[in-house]
Parts: sequence; C-alpha cells; structure tokens
Amino acid sequence: MTNHWIDIKNTNVAIIMGGNAAEAHPVGFGWVSEAMQHNDAKLVVVDPRFTRSASLADVYAPLRSGTDIAFLLGVIRYLIETDQVNHDYVKAYTNASFIVREDFEFNDGLFSGFDEETGTYNKESWFYELDGEGFAKVDPSYQHPRCVWNLLKKHVDRYDFDTVSNITGTKVEDYQAVCEVIGSTHTHDRVATFMYALGWTHHTKGAQNIRSMAMIQLLLGNIGVLGGGVNALRGHSNVQGATDMGLLCQGLPGYLKLPNDNDVNLETYLRNYTPVPLRPGQTNYWQHYPKFFVSQMKSFWGKYATKENDFGYDWLPKWDLQYDYTKHLDMMYHGQVNGLFVQGVNCINSQPNRNKVLKALSNLKYLVVLDPLATETATFWQHADQFNEVNPASIQTEVFRLPTTLFAEEEGCIVNSGRWMQWHWKGANPPGESKPDAEILSGIMLTLKQMYKDEGGKLPEPIEAIKWDYHTPSFPHGEEVAKELNGKDIATGRQLDNFTQLKDDGSTECGCWIYSGCWTEAGNMMARRDNHDPSGKGITPGWAFAWPMNRRVLYNRASCDVNGKPWDPKRMILEYTDGHWHGIDVGDFNMKLPPQESAHPFMMQPEGVGRFFALKMLAEGPFPEHYEPMESPIGTNPLHPNVVSNPAVRMLPGVKETLGSNKEFPYVCTTYSMTEHFNYWSTHCRLAAISMPETFVEIDEVLARDKGINNGDWVRISSKRGAMETKALVTQRLQPLKVNGQWVHTIGLPRHGSHNALIRKSFTCNVLTTEVGDANTQTPEYKAFLVNIEKAKGI
Amino acid sequence: MSAQDIILSSGTSELTPAAQVRRKVAKMTKLFDATKCNGCKACQVACSEWNDLRAPIGEFSGSYQNPADLSSECWTLMKFHEFKKNDKMHWQFTHTACMHCDDPACLTACSTKGAIVQRSNGTVDFDSDKCTGCGYCVSACPFNIPRLDPIDQKAYKCTMCADRTQIGLEPACVKTCITGALRFGTREDMLFYADLRVKQLKEKGYANAGLYNPEGVGGTGMVMILHDINQPESYGLPADPKTSLPVKLWQDVVKPLGAVGIIATAAVAIAHRITVGRNIVEEDEPAAYDHSHDDNQKSDKE
Amino acid sequence: MDRRQFFKLCACGATTSAIAALGMMPGEAMAAPREYKLLRAKETRNNCCYCSVGCGLLMYSHGTVGKNSEQSIFHIEGDVDNPVNRGALCPKGAGLVDYVNSPNRNQYPEVREPGTNEWKRISWQEAYSRIARHMKDDRDANLIETNEAGTTVNRWLTTGMMTSSAQPNEGGFITHKFARATGLVAIDTIARN
Repeated sequence: MTNHWIDIKNTNVAIIMGGNAAEAHPVGFGWVSEAMQHNDAKLVVVDPRFTRSASLADVYAPLRSGTDIAFLLGVIRYLIETDQVNHDYVKAYTNASFIVREDFEFNDGLFSGFDEETGTYNKESWFYELDGEGFAKVDPSYQHPRCVWNLLKKHVDRYDFDTVSNITGTKVEDYQAVCEVIGSTHTHDRVATFMYALGWTHHTKGAQNIRSMAMIQLLLGNIGVLGGGVNALRGHSNVQGATDMGLLCQGLPGYLKLPNDNDVNLETYLRNYTPVPLRPGQTNYWQHYPKFFVSQMKSFWGKYATKENDFGYDWLPKWDLQYDYTKHLDMMYHGQVNGLFVQGVNCINSQPNRNKVLKALSNLKYLVVLDPLATETATFWQHADQFNEVNPASIQTEVFRLPTTLFAEEEGCIVNSGRWMQWHWKGANPPGESKPDAEILSGIMLTLKQMYKDEGGKLPEPIEAIKWDYHTPSFPHGEEVAKELNGKDIATGRQLDNFTQLKDDGSTECGCWIYSGCWTEAGNMMARRDNHDPSGKGITPGWAFAWPMNRRVLYNRASCDVNGKPWDPKRMILEYTDGHWHGIDVGDFNMKLPPQESAHPFMMQPEGVGRFFALKMLAEGPFPEHYEPMESPIGTNPLHPNVVSNPAVRMLPGVKETLGSNKEFPYVCTTYSMTEHFNYWSTHCRLAAISMPETFVEIDEVLARDKGINNGDWVRISSKRGAMETKALVTQRLQPLKVNGQWVHTIGLPRHGSHNALIRKSFTCNVLTTEVGDANTQTPEYKAFLVNIEKAKGI
Repeated sequence: MSAQDIILSSGTSELTPAAQVRRKVAKMTKLFDATKCNGCKACQVACSEWNDLRAPIGEFSGSYQNPADLSSECWTLMKFHEFKKNDKMHWQFTHTACMHCDDPACLTACSTKGAIVQRSNGTVDFDSDKCTGCGYCVSACPFNIPRLDPIDQKAYKCTMCADRTQIGLEPACVKTCITGALRFGTREDMLFYADLRVKQLKEKGYANAGLYNPEGVGGTGMVMILHDINQPESYGLPADPKTSLPVKLWQDVVKPLGAVGIIATAAVAIAHRITVGRNIVEEDEPAAYDHSHDDNQKSDKE
Repeated sequence: MDRRQFFKLCACGATTSAIAALGMMPGEAMAAPREYKLLRAKETRNNCCYCSVGCGLLMYSHGTVGKNSEQSIFHIEGDVDNPVNRGALCPKGAGLVDYVNSPNRNQYPEVREPGTNEWKRISWQEAYSRIARHMKDDRDANLIETNEAGTTVNRWLTTGMMTSSAQPNEGGFITHKFARATGLVAIDTIARN
C-alpha cells in the first residue's frame, strides 16, 4: 500500500476491484465502513461475484473475470473525454508531457519489437526521446504527437462504452455509474482509493491490471494524498516482510537485485542497477544503490567481505533464468531437482495443477517440510482415497517433517500491508519439540559448516564466510537479527539512525536498507505502542515503525503543489510555510530542499514523475492492453483476433498442451478465499471449521437449471488438468454475462479444500488450475480458467 | 453482579427487590445495524470462543450459514438471506442471538424458580444449574432462540456475556465487530443513536429504514436497524413477536394447578426407583452425542 | 459410596430440585454469571498471523514460567490499543486460539523414509545431520561454479526452497542468508500466489 489501512477512512470513494476486502481483509474493510459512515464515502465494488464487499456497496458492477484492463482503460478514456482530469497534478507530477521515441509503435495488439519465435519483446523503442545530455525531451504544451499524453489518448480511444461492455459483459448503465463515481474525484478536494489483491494479480496480465488502475489514480491526482493511493492488500501476515526480505528467486533484501550472468563483477553489477537521472535536478534515490548493496554484503559475510574480494560479490549465486516456483516445479517434474525445502507453505494444495505438483514432489530425493501443522505437502506420499491416489512404496522421496513455532510462540516483527513493522512477543512455549524456523535453519547450517570443515567439498568459502556470529549461533534471537537489519557503524558498533548514514566503503553494515531506523540507539522502534493520532487523520507516528523512515503515506510530496501548498487544505500532510516544511508525516523527499527543487514526488524514478508510459519495466508493453485469459471463454479477442492473449507470457515446454478450449470447457472458473478461512491453515482450526465446514462451488441459477443441478447437489468440475467433486451452491449472486454475442457463465470455487484437516475431507481447487502465469511475476492465472461442470453422484 | 441485580425470576411471581433502587443500574442494549453488517461471522466465532462453545463440525448444506442452526453450542449465528428486488441484488445478514426481551416469554413459561432471570441491566439469563430441561422456554420463545443440549438436557442461549458485562465490558460479539454493525450501551444511548442512523438512512434513500424493537415482547434488549422495517421477514425475523396466549395462561393459571401434579409424578418416580430399581443406561456407555464429531476427519492422521 | 447409594442420592436430589422448582424452597443463591475468565491470566501482545491488516492481539495464558508449570494460551482477543483494529477481529482472528491449540500441530521432528508408509520420530540432531548430508551430497555434485562464458555464477539449482510468509522478518533474513550462502537461486515465497 502506498497509504495504509487507517488512511482509508479519509477517502471519498473506495473502489474494491480485484479484491474482496470484506472477506479477505475484513478488519481493513472496517476502515471502508468508517469512511462511509463518517466521511460520506461511496463504495464501488467491481467483481464477477456479488461478494460480501458488494453487499454494502453503493455501486456494484459485475464483470467477466480477466477483463479488468478493458474495464479500466475504458475509465481512462471516459475521464479524458469528459475532461475529468486533475490537470495540475498530471502536468506537474506525471510523464504526460514526455516525448517517446519515434520508433515506438502499437499495431493490432502488439507493441514494437515483438519476436514471434521467442514470444518476447525487444524493448529498445519503449523509451523517451533523449536530448544531447541524456535527459528526456518534454513538451509541456502536449502539442507533440508523440508525447505520452497524446499516445495515451490514442491508445485508450478504442475502449468506448460499447466495446468495454462487449468485452467485460458489464452492462453499459452499470459501467457508466462506476465511471461517474470515479470521475467525481478528479477535483483537488475529492479523492478515491483503490483496494486490490489477488483478484488482480492472479491473471496472465496481473501487473498490467494494477498499472491500469495506477494510471487512473495519476489522472485523478490521487496518489500521495490522504485517502488515496494504490493499495495492494497483501495476503499473508508477513508476505510484505518476506518480499522486503527478498525471498524471491531474483531478489535480495530491500528490493536489491540478485545478480545475473550479465553482472560479471561488482563494478558491472553496480553500474547496471544504479540509474542515472532522466531529467535535470532529480533526487533519483536509487543513485545510492552501492551503499545499500555493500552494507548488505557486510551483513552477509561480515569480516570476510572486503574491498579486495568485492565484498564477497562472487559468492552470491547468479541467475540465468527466472527460477520462480513454477519454473522450478517444472524442473522437478522433469526429474532435474533433488531437494526441496518447504517452509510454512502447503505446496500441494496451494500451487497450481495439483496433479503435476504431486508428480514433481515424487521425483525428489529429499523434501524438508518446516511447518507448525501437519500439511498435505508433508504427507504427499500417503494414500488418501480419491484425494491423493498414490502408492507409497513407489515414492522414493525421503521426507523430513520439522515442527515449527507459530506467531504466538515467538518474538519478532511482521510487516502489515501499510508497511508497519509491528514487533510481537512470545506468549507461550510451542507444543512438543517445536522450534522457530531461524533455530532450525541455524541447526542445519551449523551442521553443514562443520561437514565442510571436516570433509571439504565444493566451494566451501561462502558457507564458511556466511556471518552467523550471533550470541547463540544455534539460535539467532529476533532482537539480534532485527538490529542487524537496521544496520550499524562497524567501527563504533553504534546502531544507525537511518539509511542516509550508509556507506559504500564497507564501514557500515545493514541487512535491509529500507528497514534502517527500525532499531536505533534509542531502541526497538517497532515495539513502540503510542497510538496517539495528533492530526486525527490516522497517522500514528508513535505506533510501531513504518518503513521507510517511519513514513506513513508514500509519495506524500504529491499532496501539495509545486510551491508546497496542499492541493486540499483539509488533507494537509505537508506544507511549506515560513521557509520550511512542516506537517503530520515524514516527507517522502529531502525536506531541506525548497518546494520547487523537491517537486518530483516519485523520487525513486530517475525522472521523478509517475509514469503513464512505463518504459521498459514490464514484459508485455509500456501501456496496458486487453488480452484474454490463456483459456478464453470466447476464444478470440474482439479488439485484435490475431493476438488473443498476452503475447509475452512464458510458456514452458509441454504446458500449452495442458490448456483447454472453450469448446470442451465452456465455463469460466474463478477461485477465491472466504471470510471464514485462511488458505489451508484455518482448516486445522476448530472454530473456523465449524463456521465453514466444507468447500463447495457457486453457480448461477441459469446454468444450474440447464444442468439440472439443485442447491446442495454433488457436481463434478473438470478442466484440462484434472477433475474434482464437490457440492453446489446455486445462487443469484452469480449471473451469466453477455460477452461478444454469447452468454458466459462464471463458476466460483473457494480454495479451502483439505483432506487432512478438521473440515470435511475435500478436494483442493488447484486440481483444476493452470500454472501459466503473469508475464512479469509468473503468478498463476488462478482467477480465470476454463472448466466444465456436471451433476455427479458424490463422494 | 449479584442476586440483587435480578429483577425478574422464573417460577415465582414475586419480584426481587430491584437493584436499581440502590444502584441505578442502567438498562443496557445491544444494537445490531443490519445496514452495516457484511456477514463476516466474527460475532459468531467470538461468541463461541469467549463462551467456550464448540458446535459439531457440520457439513455444507447449501448456504454460507454454518452451523445450520443455533444450538446449545452455538449461541450466536449469522443468518444469510439473498434476494433480488427491482433487479437489484440484496444479500442481508442477521445477527441471530437472544433478543433479551423486556417481557421475556421464556421466563414466563419457565416453571423452575430462578432458572431464568432478568437482570436489572435488562439481560435475560439462564441458570443451567437450576434448569430441569423441560424445554418450555424453547417452545415459548417467539424468536426461536433457546436450545436444549443433547447431553445434559438443559437449555442454553446467549447470556449477553454476563461475565463480561458485569465488569463493564461489552459482549464478545460487540467487541469484535469490524464494521460497527454491533454496538452496546445504555438503552437510552442506543435508541438515540439508532434514531440518528435511521434518519441518515432515510436521507440516503432507504425510505422504510427503521428500528426493530417489537412491542409485543415489551421491546428487546437487542434492537435492530433494518433497511426495510416493514419487511422483518426478509431478515428471518417475526413481524409481530409476542408471548403466546397459552404461555401467559400457563404462567397465571395452569402452573399453580400443575404443581400438585408434578409432586405426584415425582412421588411416583421415587416409588418406582425404590421398588422396581434403576432404569439408567450403563454409566460406562459413551455420551449419547459426541461433540467433537470429527471421526472421519481424523481417521488418517498419525 | 457404591453405585446403589449414588443413585439413591441422585433420586433424592431430583426430588428436592422438583420441589424447589415449585417455589417451595426457602431463598437461595440466585444465578450469578460465571467468573470473568481472564482473572489472573497473563496478557501478551501479538499480531494476527493471517492476513496483512496486522491486527493487534491480546493473548491470555495461564500457568507461570515456574519450574514445574507450562504456560498455555486459552484465549485471544483484539488489542483495543492497536489503531488498525481497535479491538476488533474478523472470524478467523476471533478463532485464533483454536489455531494455536490445533490438534494437528506437529510435535517433534519426523522422517518418512523412501518407499515406506510411516513417520519415524527422530531427534533434532539426527534431523540436522541427515538433512545436511543430503544437502552437501547434492551441492557437491551439482553446484555450478562458472557458466559457459567463464563467469563465476556459483548457483545450485538442484535444490530449491519455498519460504514462509508468516514467519517474522528476522527468520526471513536468516532464511535468506541460509539460501544464498549455499548457492540456492530457486527460492520463492507464496507471495507469488
């Protein structure tokens, strides 16, 4: 979230789209209620299903799953055409006036540079036209035909109401109602917030779904202001922290990059990731990349990281491909992987295409499962009726199941969606011999270190060098590691105040630069519990610590104009008066600078502005474009029949054959979470199991009638990848939508089925899902795939 | 709270000296604003958690509503009602729990002294130590709330978290409510607030918004703001609940007569026990009803 | 007391309660609410482990940290001081006590050996040694030190890791160090899910 949960109360319009906050983030939704009650805010819900969020909405519009981009680009077209644009903001703080290279093109669904053979783009042309000094050319008058504003207008021009309605299935009058409410926030005194979650990420164009919305927010001047923002409602309690910790195949903590094969040495690496400014006078904050990286290497390798050995740079593994879990699982499936550690993840239930996951796990030599619960992943080798049809004797995997603590039994910090780092305390010992993950991994690491010492082996250096100098190396305590994350001055041992003190010469150590300031000489900032809110705007500066710098609203420089005057005095975050800045939050800029010199609020970008045109950042184009889901119920793309779905999607060999057609599988299936359950965890919790004891599938009344299915009947749902049986809930909350001349039915499948928990034994929805994912993030398309449904006898 | 806080008691016509004479105990009320509820069930779960209730794990029965019904192990249940009106979808949720009637039919119907009491703060509470399991309260309740427990054959229902309210806390359901659909406070405050809210709803276009506080039972200790007060049935609520005539007759006329009969029955039972012997199941037989009810869930666990 | 006596007593009790039921008994204690259940409980601040709202929790446990007693958590409710939830919790959060005390919690390290159909309980040290042995054998055999161009790449692709998104950051950082020090590239979180 650029903003944070409480800030939602400051909004005038809350749009829940690509998410279902009332069910998946219920307490967060409480702040929507607050805005509705105390700020007379309107709630807009756009979802294929009439959800519990929709039950309280002022405006609800159904759309066909997987057509969000068409919906949102249509909103952009509407806003431009009706001139409901915050022009002051757009002119000052976006790249609308920037001029794009001459060779950039968009024709018939493809941007310039597409290579049919590899299914990838050469993105060279997706860039600004530069002047002699390397700065982007701009035309503040928007006269230039290739300035971003004109390109954008042209790009969205195709998305008129009828076209959008034809693609999304949303009725024009419903669509218009949504457009009007959103448009009402283009003035300085009104603001909208978008709340999204997996409903946008679980698509083959998930990142572009989100970008489309961010573009609307820029048009309306809604980013960096109270009650606005781009608000990702993260899933797990500490998935924000896990991402901050770089626990991804190409990441390092603090959004630094794990080097790849092109980064042949430290010098090249730092050059590749330290951007040069694209406009004069920029803060270009990533210019400090070397300081963040070198300090991190000091926290990785300690005294072994020296200037002479490039601070241990070569010990870091480099990637040649994106080894995300889909790719790695595919390797596993093909017998190219021997071992897998699974920490607090129920892979076999949570990952797409369960049948493939099962086979992949069976190919492993060893599997180590660290989990507080007895998951189906740890027992994948065990026969369980029709839910897991295996023969244990034929599975040669050695499986270790290691009991871990859970939140109540450990101390530490987790980061919520609003970037609050909240420290928590241990309330009791764990059951039996359970241990925290950090202790278990330390136990393995210390044993491994000893083995390399005793036996030698391949490349022992990093294993020897890795800094494990904790007071008790076999159990690094949370407090100690938290201090390491904050960073210190190595010579004096003093904790750093914040990341502005980091150096690139090896004299400072810092595990994660964005966290710097969380544990200073003044102590544990994350443990602060002063809930005082002096401004009444929900900024509680004394409660825990918000990264970065205890800043609660990101890009908050954009809340005031170029001269430092708030766009809306009622929403003042910062203001420049009497020669200095003052306000209610930590400024997201150098507060020593006068307003005109800091008027580039998106200071992490080398041009300092928000981007309608995304340059080379994304795989499938600098503008979003509507592409059909990989499995499309209409089998064509009404905008460009030659380019049906996302052309830049990664298609691993053999996966294409696992995709079904709308002839065989005519219905759109979408999977989701319900209020009563959290993934496959709470199925082990009796109170949750009582409140929702069994999974089911939701279907509309028309389809039910056609298929002779009554409420509560057993049904069989099948996709190209598998089949499952469950019970039907026939409901009016789902409805067929008229799309491109045909009726499209949506089938809603909750994701909480388990066969080894307290709920009734059931299939998991991932028997049906596809692994094909977003072209950038590889997040699988869990939200829009094709199935068939028939009445069944039952289990 | 103490015995002095009890202002009405079943099985007797005499009133306990009212505590408010000394302490000025305010009548408390729970307000359920259905126009703010999104059916998340937090109230339902928090109720079970606080009161140490665990209903059997049931099965899907065609609705989000689980368990299917209130029980001695489920005192608060979120009920779901979906319908279309003027082509607009509605999904309404009812926080279903004891209404704590001012004139409680259950208490009137109960013949056991002190088994059902009304406290000076207005809440109606069951004392399971005294309950004989006759089930009269179950059939008398116009809201169909109390339930007999299949094991101990005593009646149970929401206590308005008497153990919390006695030390000044709100009931567990109210504390956990995320949208502010549940509130708890003095009757005066809640009615004042409800009035404001109903006005606000009318301004927003809900012309029939209103407060459900049925007079037939003297008003309720849980009042509800509804989108359409003329259609309480769309929330699964009775339009005009009242203590039924037979129950009133029972309390005032039949019960005194019946006392003689009961003594006679008891005497026969004792005579039967002494002369014929016991007629009781073997003590080592398992409980008639297994609360855990998870036999087939756990069969394949190590 | 033998069985017969017991039943006689029961019968006797039944009679008196029937009489009491008719209002024929003298005054007796009236219904009192049960005792407030958090009396003398220890309160610990925590945060909900489910979604990312970060609701504050108050966990209540009994028992001391004394020599012969173990604390156990018996109630969890929202922390009213926490500004994000102000005491409220959703149904999942409101039921957390049953998650902590789930009958399906793992208790001790176990191994399932190839081709067998059972778990075997093992000690932590045995678990560490056997896992480290697997890792070392695989790493020594399959670590790629340089690529075709001769660049040092030091990657180990034949083992991977799915990492937790509920453990604290500190555990996450230890996990990261563990993974990169050994050369793992294929690490991922369910963030991608």
